[in-house]
Amino acid sequence: MIRRSGRQAPILPREAGGEPWLAGVIAVLCFLACLAAAGAMAADRAAHGWARALGAEATVQVRPRVGESGATAAARAAETLAGVDGVDETEALDRKTAEALLRPWLGDAVLPDLPLPHLVTVRLNRDHPASAVTLGRALAEAGVDATVDDHSLWRTEVERSAGLITVLAGAAFLLTAGAAAAAVTYATRAGMAAQAPIILILSLNGASDARIAGLYQRRYGLLAAGAGAAGAAAAMAALALLRFVGGRDGITPALPVAWSDVWALSSCPLLAATVALVAARWTALARLRGHD
Amino acid sequence: MPVHPRRAADAASSETVRLQGVGFSYGDAPDVLRDVNLTLPRGSFHFLTGPSGAGKSTLLKLLTLAARPTRGVVRLFGEEAGGAPRRALPAFRRRMGVVFQDFRLLDHLSAFDNVALPLRLAGARTSTYAADVEELLEWVGLAHRAEARPPALSGGEKQRLAIARAVIANPELIVADEPTGNVDAAMAARLLKLFQSLNRLGATVLIATHDEALAERSGAAVLRLENGRVGATA
Repeated sequence: MIRRSGRQAPILPREAGGEPWLAGVIAVLCFLACLAAAGAMAADRAAHGWARALGAEATVQVRPRVGESGATAAARAAETLAGVDGVDETEALDRKTAEALLRPWLGDAVLPDLPLPHLVTVRLNRDHPASAVTLGRALAEAGVDATVDDHSLWRTEVERSAGLITVLAGAAFLLTAGAAAAAVTYATRAGMAAQAPIILILSLNGASDARIAGLYQRRYGLLAAGAGAAGAAAAMAALALLRFVGGRDGITPALPVAWSDVWALSSCPLLAATVALVAARWTALARLRGHD
Repeated sequence: MPVHPRRAADAASSETVRLQGVGFSYGDAPDVLRDVNLTLPRGSFHFLTGPSGAGKSTLLKLLTLAARPTRGVVRLFGEEAGGAPRRALPAFRRRMGVVFQDFRLLDHLSAFDNVALPLRLAGARTSTYAADVEELLEWVGLAHRAEARPPALSGGEKQRLAIARAVIANPELIVADEPTGNVDAAMAARLLKLFQSLNRLGATVLIATHDEALAERSGAAVLRLENGRVGATA
């Protein structure tokens, strides 16, 4: 009686030469793709945070009437705007506060002689913010000569920059996926060339092209899943370290790291396996059909 | 949509193999086969003999669809096979068992797995064929070598293993190239009996051999291939 274990021997022999090399390449590519994806998520989060903060405030520059001091005009504007729907809070910046804001750039020497604008900071309601037009109209009705800046210019710029970073990161992600597909294609071709006699035996024993392609697909899919898991694990560890050491801001406020980013990378091995499955199958079928 | 030889069509056909005006040459070289006409009725048993270089192996390549005829028609199981598209070939090949002169075993698989290969490729599960494979290995005297890999087997053992693989799926057509070339007389007789048993069960058998004495002893019909033509039958 012959004892058979439940597990079948693989129909294709293991290639000792090429596979560790391919696994290493896919692991590195997966690591880079994970970093690109994490960078995109962090940039997007930072940009949205900034845009939200900018959108929640408006700055009003007040021009005092003849005989009126700047501080009085600013206080009158603040009082007017505090009563407008969609405004949570207003604050007239006194000269001391304005000087404190400018001191890091201009220094102490010129500040006392510098004519500073009279500003009012307006914190808008997050759910129903008042528009710049509403604020301007309220000020005009109160007889305050002022300019309202709702930061829309900056907000648009920040959102555009974040969009650009996301597109670049997405392109980097797709490029690494393409490089992984190219590596799998090359490995499949090399493997099939080295195993041509075996493929002929399989074919003569009734294996269809799809069945043979499936053997390569399974092999490289599993290899990519394993290598992708290694690359993703390294990226997740690096990101977790940044989050742990740097807190919510990570290494810089421009790229804030969240724990959800770390977990989001766990799908990378699945993506790597999918890329490898498609590349190996397509390559194997093209090669087999080319032999007809 | 996959193309399959229609079993319904060949049920009405009494011919497993029909070659009409078949010629073959390798590139620009002179013809190896010239105007071969050959019919193997369903359930027949034939030997194919001829001197070295007569084209026996090439003829078997055409029958196993490992090569396409340069001209003429190759019909298998009542269907045109010589010009069939590549996607149709597996269906033809699953209905035949082939013993190659050079065995063509997979060195990385055990004897058991080599025999089971056609069944595995057809999608069968181990539990459905394990007993049959074990029985066949027992029959060809290799039960004790079931876990051995081909490089560890002798020439005769490899040949028996190749035969076991060729017949494991109960093929309708068995094509064997020198299947007794590496075994002793007793084993040759035993293997011949195996082919005859399968033939009695309905398989069409064609055995290419140099051993004309073996062919004569068997009492089966003999096709003689000479100068690229099937010249005479005995």
